[in-house]
Amino acid sequence: MGLFILKRFGVMLMTALCLTFIVFFLTNLYPNLEKLAKSEGNFRMSDEEVASYLGNNGYLRPLPMKYGEWLGVWPGYVITGSDGKTRARCATIDIPVDQAPTFCGVLQGQWGFSNVFKADVSDIVSTRLGLTGKLMFWVMVLMVPSALIIGVLAGMKEGSKLDRSLSSFAITTTATPEYVSGVILITVFASSAFGLKWFKGTATQAADAATFENFFLPVLTIALYGMGYIARMTRASMAEVMTAQYIRTARLKGVSFRNVVIKHALRNALIAPFTVIMLQFPWLLNGVVIVETLFNYKGVGWTLVAAAGNNDIELLLGISVVSVMVVLITQLISDIGYVYLNPRISVN
Amino acid sequence: MEFLSWFEITLRVLTQLAPVWVALIVTFVLSIKYKRKLGLYGKLFDSTIGIIGFAIVMFWVFTGTFAGLFDMILTHDPLGQVSGMKNKVPGIPLRGAEDGDYPYYLFGGDNLARDVFSRMIAGSTIVIVIAPLATVFAFMVGITLGLPAGYFGGRLDIGLSFLANLILAFPVILLFYLLVTPEIRLTGLPQYMAVVLFSFPLIFTTVLINSRYYILPKQRNSLLAISLFVLGMLYVSLINETGSKITLFNKIDLFDVDAGLLTVFVSVVFVNSPTVFRIVRGLAMDIKTRDYVAAAQTRGEGPWYIMLWEILPNARGPLIVDFCLRIGYTTILLGTLGFFGLGLAPEDPNWGATINEGRKLLSIYPHPALVPSIALLSLVLGLNLLADGLREESLKD
Repeated sequence: MGLFILKRFGVMLMTALCLTFIVFFLTNLYPNLEKLAKSEGNFRMSDEEVASYLGNNGYLRPLPMKYGEWLGVWPGYVITGSDGKTRARCATIDIPVDQAPTFCGVLQGQWGFSNVFKADVSDIVSTRLGLTGKLMFWVMVLMVPSALIIGVLAGMKEGSKLDRSLSSFAITTTATPEYVSGVILITVFASSAFGLKWFKGTATQAADAATFENFFLPVLTIALYGMGYIARMTRASMAEVMTAQYIRTARLKGVSFRNVVIKHALRNALIAPFTVIMLQFPWLLNGVVIVETLFNYKGVGWTLVAAAGNNDIELLLGISVVSVMVVLITQLISDIGYVYLNPRISVN
Repeated sequence: MEFLSWFEITLRVLTQLAPVWVALIVTFVLSIKYKRKLGLYGKLFDSTIGIIGFAIVMFWVFTGTFAGLFDMILTHDPLGQVSGMKNKVPGIPLRGAEDGDYPYYLFGGDNLARDVFSRMIAGSTIVIVIAPLATVFAFMVGITLGLPAGYFGGRLDIGLSFLANLILAFPVILLFYLLVTPEIRLTGLPQYMAVVLFSFPLIFTTVLINSRYYILPKQRNSLLAISLFVLGMLYVSLINETGSKITLFNKIDLFDVDAGLLTVFVSVVFVNSPTVFRIVRGLAMDIKTRDYVAAAQTRGEGPWYIMLWEILPNARGPLIVDFCLRIGYTTILLGTLGFFGLGLAPEDPNWGATINEGRKLLSIYPHPALVPSIALLSLVLGLNLLADGLREESLKD
């Protein structure tokens, strides 16, 4: 088991390195750098001005060198620019150029500086992550129990009326992406068109003070999309378990249907959905970006859109590291959890 | 002129869609009549869910085709603006209508005074062309790489699986933001990706024909020459574009694809292929342990023949089901791209972009966003139901 986890961590590290390198490569393509220079300086900069700006700020050096600097394994640049001013990567407002440390990268705990938000990437990411965490927590609270209940009820008696109606509901929610369900929910519950102004169509205030009124719609929108999928998996797994021999034996022994479901079937039926719920995280991240944009809730997803739209390189890198970690760690948890829940499987 | 009531709007929409109804009825009558001779497709008509799903999907296919090819169904120009129609409610009479103009905006006007109904219909054309085509390409890539990975295993499998997981670990929207921007288009990166991704159908066909007709060199050579010529021309025309990074083949370029469209297409294929790869790989690993594969190996059949002519046909059930689901997912991805304003031109009537535009005034004028939302929802729902019906029927075999 220890070796398995160690191996998985190795793969995780490799994946994170490769992914950040890809992000680094794509954000450092010249047209993107040009856009960055123009948004930092002004939009009427000539090509020479752009080039000198980029040169002075160390953007025009070879890619591996820049990536190494970001990682913290290559000494940060110290460049005397065309304007005679000396700039260093590791210098900040408080630390002058001659006192700047040699290395300042992720390994030293320095995630860089966001050009759009004018703040440290680590500060931005941690506060925004907290906000997204709050959203995700409530999504989970709403989504997981309701999905499991729907799935178990539907899978209990395959082909029954209850199964048909619950399955149709589940299939409809999986067919509804967040930007569709969000629009429909806002129209029905928050717009003046139907007159049901039960909730707010924006969740901006929910960042400071989340109430049922301003936070329920975004939570519901994300939860709905994931719910259908988990419910369908639970249904399939429940239906399979209900045909197993030991369930028939229990029924023949005279155990009531209720007890068969709760005591015998449920535990085995919930192994598969556990994996699905964990693997659902990457999808939820996607939904988070859409919903945070739609409801203007300033979490990680909203920040990602803002950073990507302005080619904010270091912020984008920070966010991609975080999201890759979330994806890979949930995968790991799902693998390990699966082994614990199902004694028939071993890691080797 | 009076406003239309909801009943009249429904009636007018239904009459406007008349060609679609005719085509649907013809399809259904013919299919049900000959359903015993049509294999899996015919069996679909035994399942209620399958019929409903198929009807919804074919509704959009016919709508998109008639609107795109014959300019039917559309009541107005999807890009045309009429003054005084901005954000007007559904069923409003057209201001200053002349003879020959359709006298109403059936589903109202959007924030640039364009007809919501016509934009929704025009949007369906884009979806029903791009989504299935992108899915086909993703399947080509996934099959061509997934079969050897699953069949041979070993280092090849480890390497390809690592790549697939790498792409899957990427947040899709970040990937879109990194690939589908005008700046990236300038570097030609989407075109280079197209060069790689679009070569897979060529490789697939070559291997397919070669493995089958290996012992009949004459037949093989002529078949290969014909198919490679046709596919090669298409390939070259797709990747080549005047005034871009790849202009080597300007002389034989048959058609030009809009650069934004190509970028969208490439990135959707790119995002979809790793999942297909994983499915095909899993199926290949499962099927290669069967007795008939062992028998084929003993007969001395080559590995590619076994993969393409023994394993692949036996994996068709799950693959067809996944194909339907994946078209739906691709539709969602296309909508996501439009929603973030990436790729296609801003005035383009694709559903995602229309939803994005409409959401800004959602609480006051919901109809411009609501109409394409429901259209997209119904198409994806139809595809999911169709997949469910197919799964049910293919399991009965």
